[in-house]
Amino acid sequence: MKKQSPIIGIVFWSLVSVLTLFPIYWLFVISVKPAVQLFSTPELILSDPYWGNYAKVWGDRLLRSYMLNSVIISTGNAVLCTVLGFFACYALSRFNMSGKESIFFWTITNRMAPPAVFLLPLFLLMTQVYAVGDWNLLDTRIGMILVYCTFNLPFAIWTLRPTLDGIPKELDEAAYVDGASAWKVITEIVFPLCRPGLAVTLILTWVFAWNEYLLAATLTNFNARTLTTGLSEYVTSTGTEWGIMATISVFTLIPALIVFGLVQKHIVAGLTFGAVKG
Amino acid sequence: MQSKTLGWILLAPTLLILFFFGVLPFIYVVFVSFHQWNPFAVDPEMVFNGADNFRQIVFDPAFLNSIGVTVLFVLFAVVSELILGYVLAQAFMRDFPGKAIFRTIHTLPLIMAPIIVGSVWKLMTTPSIGIIPKFLDDWFGITMNIATSAPAAFATVVIMDIWHWTPLVTLTLIAALVSLPSDPFEQAQIDGANKRQIFWHITLPMIAPAVVATVFIRLMDALRTVDEVWMLTGGGPGSATRFVGVHIFKEVFPKTNYGYGSTISVVVLYLTIVACWLLYVTMLAPRSKKD
Repeated sequence: MKKQSPIIGIVFWSLVSVLTLFPIYWLFVISVKPAVQLFSTPELILSDPYWGNYAKVWGDRLLRSYMLNSVIISTGNAVLCTVLGFFACYALSRFNMSGKESIFFWTITNRMAPPAVFLLPLFLLMTQVYAVGDWNLLDTRIGMILVYCTFNLPFAIWTLRPTLDGIPKELDEAAYVDGASAWKVITEIVFPLCRPGLAVTLILTWVFAWNEYLLAATLTNFNARTLTTGLSEYVTSTGTEWGIMATISVFTLIPALIVFGLVQKHIVAGLTFGAVKG
Repeated sequence: MQSKTLGWILLAPTLLILFFFGVLPFIYVVFVSFHQWNPFAVDPEMVFNGADNFRQIVFDPAFLNSIGVTVLFVLFAVVSELILGYVLAQAFMRDFPGKAIFRTIHTLPLIMAPIIVGSVWKLMTTPSIGIIPKFLDDWFGITMNIATSAPAAFATVVIMDIWHWTPLVTLTLIAALVSLPSDPFEQAQIDGANKRQIFWHITLPMIAPAVVATVFIRLMDALRTVDEVWMLTGGGPGSATRFVGVHIFKEVFPKTNYGYGSTISVVVLYLTIVACWLLYVTMLAPRSKKD
């Protein structure tokens, strides 16, 4: 590769960054405006920020419980999908099971379903079928964790499959010859080798679950309500409280930012959805 | 190798969860798709009407229009994302000061919820309060109104999608580029190949699986997208941004036409699976077999 002056790179990336950051900056600008100023002529530069929205959102106990629900549901779902996806991929990659390639493709079709009409059957199943006595799955965190598997588990399987296929089978075979149990091979030999792929899967499924809206809006009322649905509660018939909405959005962004920042460096190493590394 | 039983045991939890939360609802939707039904009516009675819904769908201009708009949207958005993502991924292959920071910034849109992205873009583009129409008017004298102009609304949705999803493409392509061996490139340079030849004959074929995988995942998600577009334009003006996902949503909720909405979903799901399956067997599967 040719050597290039670093200035060009910096200028280029600064430009890209400004375009990338602008909508996020604008979200922040809206969040520090009092409601009356929202409909005045927009100004690019922020002057005299108003922190009332933040105080209001932070003081809202309901929103704090939504935040906790969001954290529990997306973390639970991401861990569940990554672990089950890993087991499934190990099975698909190592055993000669009949129809395994069809099963592999079938899993991803679960992610393709247009969500709108699936809300009602899920609602009916969760209230009437998946119920024991008075207790049912609707509006529970565990229910949402399981429902989110429909789109995250296939994604996890498709992201992890190339990683597992890339680990030579001879490695497990050698361990079996040495007398290791299957559990030991899976957890102590294969699992650590998959770390980059697992990290990417974990973070992306976490983000997808954290950001999901439609299912959460229909399948939760109060106990398991998530932050994204809390947002929509400010879109009312009398008008939308954009300032509050933007503030909640900023709050929604922060945890995602932290989680994402933690695994930044793994992301590139393990991102091979459905494709095999060259 | 061990008995296959262990394989099935490892696969079982996945199959069970997907059966109870994916297959059972799907069977229900297929069942409803043969009925006329409004579950929100005072007297919600399901009326069996055979294949009428499926017959209706073939000649339904609103549905065909939504398919057309969606295909256009996927074409514009995914092609732009691929080109932009490739340029950015290549740029990230060089070293320059602050690379880690710039990469973090570039991936930020990826972590935003679709519903939030839709709201922000709505706030930026709504006439009179949005900054973008004001800017276009002040500097170029262009009037932009996404509430009345179909091309403006469509373009805004496409740009929003590019903004939101290009980072995913960039990351996937960086992953592919990083793993490329360097020998073919050195050999090509010795043989005197120019940049364009190297791109078409070496780089592109080698990153093709990653490109196809990206198209696959973006296609799949674009066909079911609702939140972002619903928030930004509500499918309007007219039917300019009424993509299939939004179309089904409108059919089911505001129009309470649940039976017909189910029919559309079944057909759309079928078309998506066929399109993705073709892409998969022709482009992805043979390559992984070779490995």
